[in-house]
Amino acid sequence: MKIIILGAGQVGRTAAYHLAREETNDVTVVDLNDLLLRDLQDRLDIRTVAGSAAHPDILEQAGAATADMVVALTNSDEVNMVACQVAWTLFRTRTKIARIRALAYTGHPALFFDTDTPPPDGAGFPVDVYISPEEIVTQYIERLIRYSGALQVLEFADGRVRLVGVKAIRGGPLVGQQLRSIRDHLPNVDARVVAIYREGGSIAPEGDTVIQHGDEVFFLAATEDMRKVMVELRRVEDSVKRVVIAGGGNIGLRLAQRIEERYQVKIIEREASRARKISEILRNTVVLHGDAADEELLIEENIDSADVFCAVTNAEEANILSAMLAKRLGAHRVMALINRPAYAELMQGGPIDVAISPQSVTIGSLLAHVRRGDVVRVHSLRRGAAEAMEAVVHGSRGGRVVGRRVEEIKLPKGATIGAIVRGQDVIMGHHDTVIEADDHVIVFLTDRRHIEAVERLFQE
Amino acid sequence: MSIRAIQRILGLLLMVFSLTMLPPVGVSLYYSDGSWPAFIAAFAWLTGVGALVWWPARHDRRDLRLRDGFVVVTLFWTVLGLAGALPLFISPQPEIGVTDAIFESVSGLTTTGATVLAGLDSLPRSILYYRQQLQWLGGMGIVILAVALLPMLGVGGMSLYRAEMPGPVKDAKLTPRITQTARMLWIVYVAITAACAVGYLLAGMSAFDAIGHAFATVAIGGFSHYDANIGQFDSRAVELVAVLFMLIGAMNFGLHFTAWRSGRFGAYWRDPECSAFLRLMLGLSALTLVYLLLAGDYDDTLLLAADGIFQAVSVATTTGFTTSHYHHWPAGLPVLLLFASFVGGCAGSTAGGLKVVRCLLLVKQGRREIVRLVHPAAEIPVQLGGRAVPARVVDAVWGFFAVYVGVFVVLMLAMMASGLDQVTAFAAVAATINNLGPGLGDVALNYASIGVVAKWVCVLAMLLGRLEIFTLLLLFTVTFWRK
Repeated sequence: MKIIILGAGQVGRTAAYHLAREETNDVTVVDLNDLLLRDLQDRLDIRTVAGSAAHPDILEQAGAATADMVVALTNSDEVNMVACQVAWTLFRTRTKIARIRALAYTGHPALFFDTDTPPPDGAGFPVDVYISPEEIVTQYIERLIRYSGALQVLEFADGRVRLVGVKAIRGGPLVGQQLRSIRDHLPNVDARVVAIYREGGSIAPEGDTVIQHGDEVFFLAATEDMRKVMVELRRVEDSVKRVVIAGGGNIGLRLAQRIEERYQVKIIEREASRARKISEILRNTVVLHGDAADEELLIEENIDSADVFCAVTNAEEANILSAMLAKRLGAHRVMALINRPAYAELMQGGPIDVAISPQSVTIGSLLAHVRRGDVVRVHSLRRGAAEAMEAVVHGSRGGRVVGRRVEEIKLPKGATIGAIVRGQDVIMGHHDTVIEADDHVIVFLTDRRHIEAVERLFQE
Repeated sequence: MSIRAIQRILGLLLMVFSLTMLPPVGVSLYYSDGSWPAFIAAFAWLTGVGALVWWPARHDRRDLRLRDGFVVVTLFWTVLGLAGALPLFISPQPEIGVTDAIFESVSGLTTTGATVLAGLDSLPRSILYYRQQLQWLGGMGIVILAVALLPMLGVGGMSLYRAEMPGPVKDAKLTPRITQTARMLWIVYVAITAACAVGYLLAGMSAFDAIGHAFATVAIGGFSHYDANIGQFDSRAVELVAVLFMLIGAMNFGLHFTAWRSGRFGAYWRDPECSAFLRLMLGLSALTLVYLLLAGDYDDTLLLAADGIFQAVSVATTTGFTTSHYHHWPAGLPVLLLFASFVGGCAGSTAGGLKVVRCLLLVKQGRREIVRLVHPAAEIPVQLGGRAVPARVVDAVWGFFAVYVGVFVVLMLAMMASGLDQVTAFAAVAATINNLGPGLGDVALNYASIGVVAKWVCVLAMLLGRLEIFTLLLLFTVTFWRK
């Protein structure tokens, strides 16, 4: 697939990295910053064009005439929208994805239209899909707060199925037990463990695999059952009441807005004017003006009784340090927004409970559109090493998938069919489950090199 | 630096190169000239050595880093110069020693076209064909061919591409994937070569001569099957075809690609480098003609025009084909043409020299300094095609020029120390570092008469010229090897 990525910022670079490493994609990145592009080209097998992303001549130079997809990820909503408009009007590019942050725009879906099903009057911006990384990250953090103890909570099938990553801790009833005993422990719950990571490597979960203390266990379950499964893997956690957010930026503010009705929220913002502004927007939140890494301030605000401390400022180093400090001062669970994969790897599970990587959270929403076949949703896991995707099964009986039992389907190594969503029902993928046409199957892959093979399987 | 990754690529490259020994075997069998055992032996040697180098590192999956690219390309060209000499050395005809075989092989691969062989007309056909093929492979770049054929190089391909591709700006890719870019360049290269061969056929050459000379023309090489070079054919039509394809070969192949794909041939004239190159060729040809007319050595005007234009284009593009004894031309003219070869062809072409775009930037900078004297406060960017050239590129051009001149001086002194006279030494270094071929004085026809030391200096100069000095020189710096 020929893809043009506009903007080589944090999100654009991650997208380029993920897309270019799949051999079937030809990626061209456009940005104003020449130096940034040269650096990027040294590391990835891509082409770069320096120039203004929305200008027709720049888009033409980048190969818009033959491109299959334009992904506008510059930091300006307006540039992104115009770029999509130009790509559609002049080059008829099929898929156009834009990053649009401002609620002022996303609050009016009528502004945008999908060019595969254009409205009769053809009015609006031809943006097939708009994504707001901040919104996605905020939702993600919100789920992590709600399910305290989870490392990752990812949704499939409109939220009916969830993939949850949990660190197994001694004392959980299932820890030290074989996996197949899960049925005895939870007779009424259908859940499936799709992957276990131990000491950095992945283990294929079999019936006789024993869960050990410290394992990262990924399981799929219907949304209403997930808490019951989590409880099996670690001691019962107190419910969350007090949340402290460090950083009142875009994400911090959105997060506070979403959760302030449910929890007691405090938000710490360094800049006086910003603190003043968000205090006017938030109704139930205590807005504190100060430094999140200021020990006195944290103690004074009873950090030791905080259930969750969440550092979401723009500076990842500050996030790491303030989260570590909060942990030492007694915060029960600390999370930090960390951009660099290397930092995230260093911190997660050590001094910081959960390292949130905004790129891997958002990249999935892009990948779903690049995958061939009818792929509804893609989540990137373990910094892109593993992937979970939800695909719609097409084809007829006698094919490789439809009408076959799960055990009969030839999946590449490291891939598991975790769950099947049929209409309103959620069925876990046991070896004898028969797959039917139009099922949504949720596939978990521990090795991304086999993505193409899985795509092909469900394409027919 | 990862030795393993370098080793793996180097082994692979050697095995790829060994395949190029097979076409001469076919030629040998077809004409039954009896030289095929030499090529089979060379093939076996190269495959064997390549496999030996590759085998221990075959599982290494690390990507090449930028530094590794320089090492691989330089090592490969050096090893290739030696490897390419194998069949020439093994074959009973020509009867030459190690130095001469290596000189001939490096001269071929670097598209220089300087030869130590006399009596080409009586050599086995397969050997003649092999020399032409060497030039053709070296023209677009054997490493770039490998990048096109070996998709597993990944990002490493880009570092190889950069280390081998001539020109000041090497970031421009034609397509997103480097493998594809390399493939496109080779496809354009093959297409142009085929067109050139057809042109020669129509101009009356035999099929064998047409293919061989098409190889040498489009690669801006200069080897021929005959001692008299292109002069052997004594045909204006052949010369016309040669001039046309020398010009095409000396243009940027990326430009060929974009112009053909979009069907907009105005791109040639709009490209600042290409138009400067064409104007330079036009001016130089005109100057040569006027000079020759005034000198009055020629009786036949058509012959004068043909010789003048052919020789001007051939030397200035660094091809090195000859039709007449141009070194006997009146005083200033041969030296003028030799100086033109310093400018050479366009960046991203198969030609040698400093490259037109660099000279263009140097001239523009000189002009800027003059304007600055008049308007000390003026802000004057160096522009190319209406766009300001980044200061980094301009600096790099100056650095390149300085090093080029420095290397030239050192090599010329070395030549003179080996016992050559000043004219010969100057011409020999100029002709080899610019990948031109024939020089003046003792090396006007061939390089057989100069000593062993001088020949090795020439080999070094040819490699330096082909790899644009820095790639090779880099390996001799402390900075490069420091961890």
